[in-house]
Amino acid sequence: MSAIEFENVSITLGGRKILSGVSFAIEQGRFVGLLGPNGAGKTTLLRAILGLLKNDSGNIRILGAAPGRGNAAIGYIPQWRHTAAQQNFTGYELLLSAYAGNRWGLPIASLEDRKAVEASLERVGARELARRPLSEMSGGERQRLFIAQALTGKPELLLFDEPLISLDPAHQRSIVELVRDISREQNITVLFSAHEVNPLLRGIDEVLYLGHGKAAIGSVDEVVTGPVLSTLYDTPVQVFRIDGRIFVVAENGELDGHTHDHSDHTASESL
Amino acid sequence: MLAMFDYEFMRNAFAAATIVALVAGSIGYFLVLRGETFAGHALAHVGFPGATGAVLIGISPFVGLSAFTAIAGIGISLIGERGQRDVAIGLVLTLSLGLGLLFLHFYTAYAGMASSLLFGNVLGINRETVWILLGMAVVTIVALGAISRPLLFASLQPELAEAKGVPIKPLSTFFMIIVALATAQAIQIVGVLLVFALMVAPAATALRLTRHFVAGIALSIGLAVAIVWASLTLAFFTDWPTSFWITALGGAAYGLSRLAEVIRR
Repeated sequence: MSAIEFENVSITLGGRKILSGVSFAIEQGRFVGLLGPNGAGKTTLLRAILGLLKNDSGNIRILGAAPGRGNAAIGYIPQWRHTAAQQNFTGYELLLSAYAGNRWGLPIASLEDRKAVEASLERVGARELARRPLSEMSGGERQRLFIAQALTGKPELLLFDEPLISLDPAHQRSIVELVRDISREQNITVLFSAHEVNPLLRGIDEVLYLGHGKAAIGSVDEVVTGPVLSTLYDTPVQVFRIDGRIFVVAENGELDGHTHDHSDHTASESL
Repeated sequence: MLAMFDYEFMRNAFAAATIVALVAGSIGYFLVLRGETFAGHALAHVGFPGATGAVLIGISPFVGLSAFTAIAGIGISLIGERGQRDVAIGLVLTLSLGLGLLFLHFYTAYAGMASSLLFGNVLGINRETVWILLGMAVVTIVALGAISRPLLFASLQPELAEAKGVPIKPLSTFFMIIVALATAQAIQIVGVLLVFALMVAPAATALRLTRHFVAGIALSIGLAVAIVWASLTLAFFTDWPTSFWITALGGAAYGLSRLAEVIRR
């Protein structure tokens, strides 16, 4: 059984075809980088896996079942939208509010809830960090906290939507290595979307590239090549490898993260 | 000082104000957390034509007020986060005051009603109203208690809550109905125009001073109760309006919390 299986899946949003006849499968325990330019459908794909979007056609299987909202086996980090950043609450309080936050009743955490949250804070080395208010944390510290949040409750699949945005290279590296270690030691499948492939190279087993409604999956060496990306984007693409870094260059210069402004990212990606 | 409890109207006022403070403190906490204070402010204004219109057709103003705020609560939650929400809410707010004015114009016998509706008349509350307020307060607080955990989650991390299966939109509509009922109660104490002081000031102060939810809600309720008790006492001895004292003490509490924050840095 694959952790994620897409069979000829098409999704249309607001009259625009985001995915058109996409097929791929991801085995349990793999760490997969989800790549593609803005608007290629990375967030859409994650939302479909979460059961928040319906596909027009095709078949999606998540951990052997149809996607459905509130799947407890999935840990999720949505794109950061600053909702809680201004708050005075400590990281620990935020995680408690989210863990079992879909149960009715008073927001009083049981001992069991506290233990679950503490265990995942411990795993990512954020116990001390979580005592501080969110408003005083750096971007990297917050992401570490959100990884702990996604880990709480023994998930089998983790979906991370652009967790590296606005982090400096050192923090990007430590987040990717942390996720890789967790994925390996607990056999958790990770789908991790990012702007560019380089920060992920030390962690991922595979890449899933999206473009023009299509998808290409495989190892970095198989997928991040001129011919594969040229076919995917329907435009001549060249790939250069220099000093272990990968540079993807398209004629219109629009493929990888270096060329465009991060500030407009949220608006275009949430389409 | 205890002499003020010799008067029936003071006993009623203290009972009513305490009940409403419990409601306003707890519901206000979530209102501030969700950034929906302006919506709460507007709900109160919609109560004005509700009350005056009810008097005009010969039913209890309290009934008209509650019905109008509840309908407006549903309406506001349906507007959702779409564009120009502020403008839409602001226009409804002024239209409501205009309509209320028109209804008063048709019913000239109740000239004094305008002032007590707009600014509150806690010293004029009778025993029967205290019981009605108590009943409404129990309903509102139990309803809030039932949804408070998912509401907190949805307020802080809406995208994640949605993915975890929290019914975001129905929850937000249900909360707005609760706010509407709380507003109808608060109007009895501070009037349509000053509901903000009772619903928002204690909650906003508590949110600045605490880092924990349960402590924050408890502090918000505690502050609301302390403010109304102090205000009634001050009103009794100064003969100045209670509503003035509630706005003054609410504003002072919030100001001090900001000052405390500056000093701590």
